[in-house]
Order: sequence, then C-alpha cells, then structure tokens
Amino acid sequence: MALSNKTKAVLWGPLNKNNPVIVQVLGICSALAVTSKLEPAVVMAVSVTIVVAFANVIISLLRKTIPNRIRIIVQLVVAAALVTLVSEVLKAFAYDVNKQLSVFVGLIVTNCILMGRLEAFALGNGPLPSFLDGIGNGLGYGWILVVVGFFRELLGSGSLFGHRVIPQLIYDAGYKDNGLMMLAPMAILIVACIIWVHRSRNKELQEETN
Amino acid sequence: MIRKYIEKIKPHFEEGGKFQSFRSVFDAFETFLFVPDTTSRSGVHIHDARDSKRTMSIVILALLPALLFGMYNIGYQHFLAIGGNVGFWETFFCGALSMLPQIVVSYVVGLGIEFAVAQYKKEEVAEGFLVSGILIPMILPVDTPLWMIAVATAFAVVFVKEVFGGTGYNIFNVALMARAFLFFAYPSKMSGDQVWTRTKGTFGLGNPEMAGGVAQTVDGFTGATPLGQIATTGADSFASFGFTNALGQPLALSDMFWGFIPGSAGEVSTFAILLGALILIVTGVGSWKTILSVFVGGLVAVVLVNQFASNAVMGMPPEYHFLLGGFAFGAVFMATDPVTSARTEKGKWIYGFLIGLLAITIRVFNPGYPEGMMLAILLMNAFAPLIDFYVVDANVKRRIKRGAVKNTKRKGIEK
Repeated sequence: MALSNKTKAVLWGPLNKNNPVIVQVLGICSALAVTSKLEPAVVMAVSVTIVVAFANVIISLLRKTIPNRIRIIVQLVVAAALVTLVSEVLKAFAYDVNKQLSVFVGLIVTNCILMGRLEAFALGNGPLPSFLDGIGNGLGYGWILVVVGFFRELLGSGSLFGHRVIPQLIYDAGYKDNGLMMLAPMAILIVACIIWVHRSRNKELQEETN
Repeated sequence: MIRKYIEKIKPHFEEGGKFQSFRSVFDAFETFLFVPDTTSRSGVHIHDARDSKRTMSIVILALLPALLFGMYNIGYQHFLAIGGNVGFWETFFCGALSMLPQIVVSYVVGLGIEFAVAQYKKEEVAEGFLVSGILIPMILPVDTPLWMIAVATAFAVVFVKEVFGGTGYNIFNVALMARAFLFFAYPSKMSGDQVWTRTKGTFGLGNPEMAGGVAQTVDGFTGATPLGQIATTGADSFASFGFTNALGQPLALSDMFWGFIPGSAGEVSTFAILLGALILIVTGVGSWKTILSVFVGGLVAVVLVNQFASNAVMGMPPEYHFLLGGFAFGAVFMATDPVTSARTEKGKWIYGFLIGLLAITIRVFNPGYPEGMMLAILLMNAFAPLIDFYVVDANVKRRIKRGAVKNTKRKGIEK
C-alpha cells in the first residue's frame, strides 16, 4: 500500500519534527514517572500507542454525531473504556509491570497527548488518518520513553530489562550505580539532553532568542 | 622573564598563526599571569584595578588557611585512626597527598571542559572555575573516589554553568551542585561514619597495619562526624550527650573551633574559615552583610528550637551549630558567591537570614540529613533573583510614592 505524502506526514511527523514530548512538550509527567526501568517504559509506550490509536479511530467515527458542547465528556468516556481494557489485560498477563506502573496506566486517561490528539486530529479527520496519527504519536512518545528508560536503567541499576549488563569486574574496581538516575530530576535532564541534540540537528525548531 | 617568553610566543596564537585554534587557551594563561595591557578600545568603560581574575585570586588566598589546615587535619585524623604517632610534617604531608589527587582531578576535568567550550564558542576562557575547582575537593569527604569527583565536576560544569551561558550566568553555585550531585547519586560514599577518615596509606606514607586486605584501626575507632553523632544518638537531651573524637574521647569546644574533628577538608576549622572571612571582608570581595545575616538567621532558628527541645539535636546550643559541620564554611565561601547570591544590599540580608534559618531547620528536623547547609544555600540560590526583584520593586514603588507626594505638595503651593 503506497502512502500519500500527507499520510506519511501524519504517521512519521510525530516521531521527529512534531514529536509530542520533545517538541510539543506534552506527556512529561508520565515520561518522568515510568522510566526508571526499561521494561515499564516499553509497556507504557505500547499501552499509550494502543489507546491513542483506537480512541482516535472511535472518536473519528463518532465525530459527526458528537454534540460540540459535550465532546470532552464523550472523549473521556471512550478513552477511559480503552484504558480500563488495557489495564485489565496488563493485570492478567503482566502483573509485575502493572504494579510498577501503578497509577500511571489509569492516568493515561488524562495524558495530554491522548486528549490533544482526540481534540486536535480525530474530531476533524477520517478513521484511517486518525488511526495512523494515533500510532505515530504513540510511537513518538514511546521512543523518548525507551531512550530515557535505557539510560536511567543502565546508569542507575547497571542493567537492561532487569538483566545485569555492567560486568561485576567494573563494580569490583570501585564503580557504583548512580542513585540520582533513579530520581525524577535525572529523567528531566535526559529529556532535556534529547531536546538539546534534536534542536541542534533541526535548526528551524530553535526558538528565537532576543 | 615569563613576560618575555609570552611576548615571544604570542604571534603564533594570533589570527593566522600556527596555533590559532588554541588562542583562547593562550589568552587565559596570559591574562591570568598579567593584567592585560590593552583595555577596551571603544566606548566608555569604568576601569578598576580589580578584574574578575584578581577577585578569584583573592578568594583562593582566603581559602588557603582552611585548605592547609584541612590537609593537616586529614593526616591528623588518619594517624588517630590507625594509631601511629608521627611528627607535624609527616602528618601534614600525609593529608596533603591524600587530597592532592582530588584537587588535580577537579581542576583537570573542570578546566578541560571550560577550555573546550571556550574554544568551540570562540570566546575567552572565563575564570570562574579557578575557585570552584578548589572548592569541590574541600567540601567532599577525603575518601571520595576520584572518578566520582570527575563525573560530578563534569556534571556541574556542563549542566549548572555552561548550559546557562557560562561563568556569571549560573543560577546555582557550581561547587555545591557538584556536591549535591554526589550526595544524591552515591549516598553511601557521601555520608555515614565510614567516609570522613582515611584509613588507607597515601603514596607510602602512613601505611596502616593490614589484615585480610582491610586496614586495621585502633580499638574503639569511630569515623562519625560530630553532627552525625548527634543525629543518630539516642540521648533525649543535649546535657546527657557528649561529642567524642575518633577514639571515643570527649571533644572540647576548643577542638571544634581549631578543627580537630572529622569532616571534609574545608569545613573543619572555624578559625581558618574566620581568617578567610577576614580577607574577603577587608578586600571587599565577600559581602559582610551576607555572612553576618547567615549567622543571625542561624541564631534565631537555634534559639527558637532550643525552647522546645525534646531531643539532643534540638537542644544543641548555637555555638555548637556554628562550629560544627559546614555552617561557617557555607556562610563565608558559598553564600557570598557574587553570581548566585542576591545582588541588592537589602536582598543580601534577607537571602543570608533565610539560609541560616533553613540550614538549622534541616539539621534539626530531618534525621536523614545531619547537615543542612548545602541544601539551604542551593534552595536560596533559586530564590535570590526573586528576592532581588521584590527589593527593587519595593524601591521603585517607594520612589514613585515620594515623587507623587512632592508633586501634590507643589500643586498645593501653586494653588
């Protein structure tokens, strides 16, 4: 299936120049909260992608019947239903991760990216572009989470996905895990570093300085 | 002689010379050694005999007494712990050699980044790190691993200073942020009773007796700092609690004043810090208002807390609070940092007062942090611009009011 340029922009834009986290600066709270380990970060990324994609499709299908004045309520009901589904699936098949994510699965409902996409995109576009937009934004959010989670788990616990990757030899030589990596401030610094690299590679995104 | 040599090699670093790309490095060394002989070429500038490089040199001079005593004390605590009895010079050299690698690492990493950034941005190297580089080892435990100092220094220079625009633009004190980074990243190396006294030998000096690869200490040895001792004591009043030195012998108030207590190199001797304070105040580099108001703030907090004392640390009288830990060092060398402190004169009083107040509050009410000075100063660093804003704002409002009063009076007369 060949994608038109517009569809491509809808799908790939959020991964790079229209990234919800590092360009629009949305969804930061959950990005800080769930990234101390790589595994919950990946699960969170997948969950958000699924919820945003399907909520987008449903709202897009309903968009002509939703009365304008109660559209936020309708969006919330759809999102909450999907989030509950995801949450139940996680409880059934990935209980440990679900525990680590704690309230943050439930809080996908209030995720700024989700509400933003429903409001800004799904209400004005057809189901297929809405679906691709949801996938794109979910992945755009997801890859930031995974990168942040990668560095935080590697430097903070010396492991990846719970497996030790930094050899014992280095610990014996005096190396210690960086406890600050497990705290939220370091997550925001890593997000800041990603923004720093991203902005210096995309000059047109740089804000004007006076 | 050095002057002549510098003049001789200078052309190589000018535009088009063969070492053109090292120009900022050369420039930094030249102006560090000599006051530049070219002054501003255009516009009107006010010139002073003191530029910021001279200011930095004075701060380093003021730090010297505390640094030298800190070195001696490291050796003193070391021999107390391993039970040796050696002369003054061996004690001093043992301590100095333990600290030297930390100073070298701090300077090499910090200045390395500064030079690299200056070269990249094609600017002159700023001199701010000269002081930070000596402060960092002075506020860390003697046994902090060198790689940790390197990581913390790099973090502090890049994320606290350079991203804000370099020397003079940083919001937080660079040396304190390096310490805060280590404090939260590697708590086991930064607090407790294992890190403040060096038990290993240093470059062959003061080797302890080894048994099973572990340095042997004398019986009854404890490395806890006095503040650590009082934070973990079970005593329910200050009167029933006694500070002890590394061997469990009681510590007198004079020991704390001269500095024969475990702690990081800079903070132990209040006497040496006061000498430094004198230099800073006489030369006008440090603000006496800030220093004094930190102590006033601390005094108010201690007196208040003493009224409701229900445990040993709440009942600790003010003189102990001032002599122990980093209170005096922070007040004299950290709070007065001209970049991160409040700049208005009235603001300095408020800024210092709140630092003292907060430091004592953290010490007394948070059992996790026996020392509160670092966090208090960093917190007030964040508020310094706000304080300045309201001081200036209040002044503007007062003057508008005064002007308005005059105008109405004049109108009244004219009528």
